[in-house]
Formats: sequence, C-alpha cells, structure tokens
Amino acid sequence: MKNGARRTWRLRLYVAGQTPKSITALANLKRLCEAHLAGQYHIEVVDLVRQPHLARRDDIVVLPTLVRQLPQPIRKIIGDLSNVERVLVGLDVVSHDDPE
Amino acid sequence: MTPRVRRHTAASGKRRGNGNGSGRRPLAKAPTGIAGLDEITNGGLPRDRPTLVCGGAGCGKTLLALEFLVRGALEYDEPGVFLSFEETPEELVTNARSLGFDLERLSARRRLLLDYVRLERAELTEAGEYDLEGLFVRLGHAIDTIGAKRVVLDTIERLFSGLSDNFLLRAELDRLFRWLKAKRVTAIVTGERDGERLTRHGLEEYVSDCVILLDQRVLEQSATRRLRILKYRGSAHGGNEMPFLIDDHGVSVLPITSLGLTHQVSTAHVATGVAGLDGMFGKKGYFRGNSVLVSGTAGTGKSSLAAHFAEAACRRGERCLYFAFEESASQITRNMRSIGIDLEPWLRRDLLRIHAQRPTALGLEAHLVAMHRLIEEWQPRVVVVDPVTNMIAVGSEIEVKAMLARLIDFMKLRQITALFTSLTEGGGAAERTDLGVSSLMDVWMVVGNLETNGERNRTLQIVKARGMAHSNQVREFVMNDGGIALVDVSRRADGSVAIGSARSAQQLDVRGGGRQPRRQRGSK
Repeated sequence: MKNGARRTWRLRLYVAGQTPKSITALANLKRLCEAHLAGQYHIEVVDLVRQPHLARRDDIVVLPTLVRQLPQPIRKIIGDLSNVERVLVGLDVVSHDDPE
Repeated sequence: MTPRVRRHTAASGKRRGNGNGSGRRPLAKAPTGIAGLDEITNGGLPRDRPTLVCGGAGCGKTLLALEFLVRGALEYDEPGVFLSFEETPEELVTNARSLGFDLERLSARRRLLLDYVRLERAELTEAGEYDLEGLFVRLGHAIDTIGAKRVVLDTIERLFSGLSDNFLLRAELDRLFRWLKAKRVTAIVTGERDGERLTRHGLEEYVSDCVILLDQRVLEQSATRRLRILKYRGSAHGGNEMPFLIDDHGVSVLPITSLGLTHQVSTAHVATGVAGLDGMFGKKGYFRGNSVLVSGTAGTGKSSLAAHFAEAACRRGERCLYFAFEESASQITRNMRSIGIDLEPWLRRDLLRIHAQRPTALGLEAHLVAMHRLIEEWQPRVVVVDPVTNMIAVGSEIEVKAMLARLIDFMKLRQITALFTSLTEGGGAAERTDLGVSSLMDVWMVVGNLETNGERNRTLQIVKARGMAHSNQVREFVMNDGGIALVDVSRRADGSVAIGSARSAQQLDVRGGGRQPRRQRGSK
C-alpha cells in the first residue's frame, strides 16, 4: 500500500433481474473482493429491469457486465465472473496485491 | 415526389388485421416510402417482421435503412429506432443530411431515436457466461420510449467481432429475431456481404420473410447501384436486378413505377401538329398516351416533327416537356423559328419547358430519375425526347431499352403522349433502329431522304401504328419557312408514286391535261 493511502475500488455490476447468471456473478464478485480487496471496495448493483435507461447511458449490451469505475481508467468485464483469474486480470487487481 | 402513390400505400398499410378468417391472408406490408421500392415489393416490407438488407461496403444499406425510418416517421406516423453498431449518431446525422434528412430534428420531436453500441474486444474482458439481455433491455426501452413501429439494426454482425462466443451469439440472434416479431416492429437488419456468402455470419438463416441484396459495381467508368429482392415470402416479386440511385432526394429504385401492361388505354386523339400527317392516321393523329418513335438519318426532319408536335400541344393549352439531348434550348428555338415554328411564346407562357442536358453528364439511372422527377413535378400532357439514341452514350443497348421501357410505362400510366426521335446510321435499312426500341412503341414513323434523279427529297412513312388504320404510303414532305407540310400524293399512270420534281411535273401534267411535262422539270 503505497503512501499509506487506501485505494477505493468502485465497482458496478449490471444485471437484469434475479437470473441464475446475475446471482452467480454477484456471489463471485463478493467472494473475490473479500479475498483480494477486503475493506477497499464498494459494489453497486444496477438492475436494468428496474432502470432500463441506464443500458443506453452506460453502453451496456452484454449481461452481466462489471464496470470498474475507480480506479481510473474504466474497465469492463463481462460474464458471470466464474473465471476468477480473468476477473483479476481484467480489474487489474493482481499487480496491486504485490507485496512491494 | 409521388404523394398520390404514397398516400395510397399508407392507407393500404393501415388495413392490417382485416380480412382474417377467410382463407389465405395476404402478408401485411409496411410501406418504406422509398421511391420505387414499394412498387417492386407491392407495398413495402413485411409488416412486424425483420427484413435483411445485405451488400458490400458502401453499397448504401445504411442510407436505405435510414430513409426507411425517416419516411416512416414523416409519412406514415411510425417512429423508428436506429441501433447502430458502426457509425456514431453524429456520423449518421451528417450522412443523412446529404440526403436532405434532418435526424436531429426528428430526434428532438421523438420521432426517431439514434443509439450507438460500441463493442471493442480489446476493451472487454470475458470472464464466464454471458448473454445479450442488455441489448434486449436497451432496444426494448428505446422502442417503448418513442412508441417505435420501425427498427434498424446496422449491422448486428459487429457483435461477432466484439464477442468471442459464437455459439452463444447465434442462439441470442435467434432469440432477438423472434423477440422483434413479438414486439411487432417492422425491422431492417443489415449484413455485410462476404464473397459468395450473403452475410459474413449467416444472418439470412434467421430472416425468413424478406431478403434484399444491394450491389455497387463500376461499369464503363460509371458506378451503378443495383437492388435485388432475393426472397419475399408470400408475396410476388420481380427477381430482377433494379438499378437504384442515392442522391439529395434519398434513395430511388427504378422502375419508379412497374405497372406492367395493365394501364388504361385512351381512344382520344392527339394531333401530330402536321396537318397532312393527321390524315395518315385516319385524320385524327395519335392516340393520347401513345409512344411515338420518329427515326431517320441525320437531317431528315426528326426534330422538326417533334417541334410541330410540341407546338400543337401548347396551342391546345397543354404542357409540353421537351428533353433535348443534343441542342440547347436557345438553339432549338432558333432553328425551329427558321422553319416557321415559334416556340418562344410557349416558353414564356410556361406551357413549354425545354430541359437540355448532355447525356454523358449523368449516368443512365440518374437520367431516368431526373426525367421522372421533372414529369412528376410539372405534370406535362406531352413529352418529347430528342434524340433518345444519345442515351446509348451512357449505357449498353439492353440497359437503354430497359430504361426506355420503364419511362414509357411511367408515362402511359399518366396518359402522357410521348414522342421520341431516334437517329439511324446512314446506309442501314430504313426500318433499323439503333436501339431496337421500336417494339416498345405504339407508333413508328421513318423519315428519310430519297435521292433520285439528282435531287434529295424528304419522305415519311408509317411503319406501324397500333390500333389505328394508317396509310401505307411513303409520303413526300417539304420543309420550308412554313414548317413541315406533306405533299399530296401524285401517281403516275402506272400507279407508282411520283416525288420531287417528278411529282411537280406530274401534278402540272394532270392539271394541264398531259401537256408540257418537260418544261416544268427542275422547278420546285
């Protein structure tokens, strides 16, 4: 942890209703964040069934989509997040976990 | 451009839902409003169903799809959603402006919704199973927001380059097409042609009702666009390639009308403008709505006959549109004045319009569209095309003939009487026309110069005149400052027709009781 400052990971997960893929994705995300970003993350779930206009605003086509709002730049990861390796690469979490 | 036709199709489009129960129900159609396309599809695209429009890059599929939405919004009270996977809304607005469409205004009035999907594989990480539910939500919301009845997806195939799971994409596309039908929207889905395949990812497998292929190729240095309806379930369609054009009026598919041979025929007559000539058609001239061909070699009086015909129309108070492909308007008026035909007053009173243009200035399709437009706008009763042979300069013989057939059909539908002049090469048989177009014509006259006994005399004969008793005589005519006049037939004792000086002599001979034939030789 450089400069002693705690990085905040703002993550937004887009889903459409309580589908098996949505539920799996959220569970996978929570588990992964606890394991790698404990205490430094904030997850917001956006249900497009309730807020369909956000699909256009945030340019969403594929579900589930995980968007890393912070740290910049924005990154997008699609799928139910069952491939943990790829999620970590996609979020660019691995490098920050280095013990340096 | 064709308000009458459009209103009609709009009305018939609203009739959907009727006619249930009694046997086969015709496929309901949504008029595109695109000039010519509704005619060749007998009313438009399959209503509430997706249509695939495919073609290579730059073939015009995006613009055709855009016009389908714009016309829908403006003319049929059917708002539309354009979901673009390639061009941004800004690019679409700019491109549409070149066709005279204001997408921003339509968007502001909520008649149109432009949405752009950006999907770059490099910017996405795939980590597990996914689906396209986001697309469904997004499109569904767009449709509901403006009450859209029309949708364009341009081109959905970009999904395949943005996402890796082809198997899933195919299943989702299948779901999307069924969903579009359930949503009861009339949709155009575009696809990019790839070699022999209609679309790169086989979109045609999902679209069962209507497939339209666009094509652009370069022929003799000019780019020509072609449209073909490959498939139209439950509907008769011409499988031919139709030329189409994109200009500042949008897309125009030719034929703009394709009435076939079902037009009403008239029994009213139209004077030829040459007194003696009417007599050759049983005293009354052509039928209204006839197509008349006047062919002959250079300098035989074709344009003069055309000018007489035009002037006669103006005298009756009818509008005449004169397409001049060889001479300028001022040249024509000057030349015609020299033979006593003064077109000037008719031009001033706007009963006569001369539209002069070099044939090579435009492609063949562009010519036809321009002619259609001028006729449509001004509604003349009489049209002159002088000479139609110059069209050869811009197209092959088959193309020119096809184009003429369309133009003639179009004018017949409006009961416009048309006169075409055709320049024949010297030395050929009199009946030979360079275009082989005589079969399209109702009346065919051949004018010529007969060279005998050291003088050239003008002759005119009617080769055919459908539905009319007509003279079979080769007639002599003279052209002087009083215009064209047919000369009375003069027969020799053996029954042959005498012309030129021989005729003058013969006439004097008859009048003079057989004396002094020699002395009159050489006089007019």
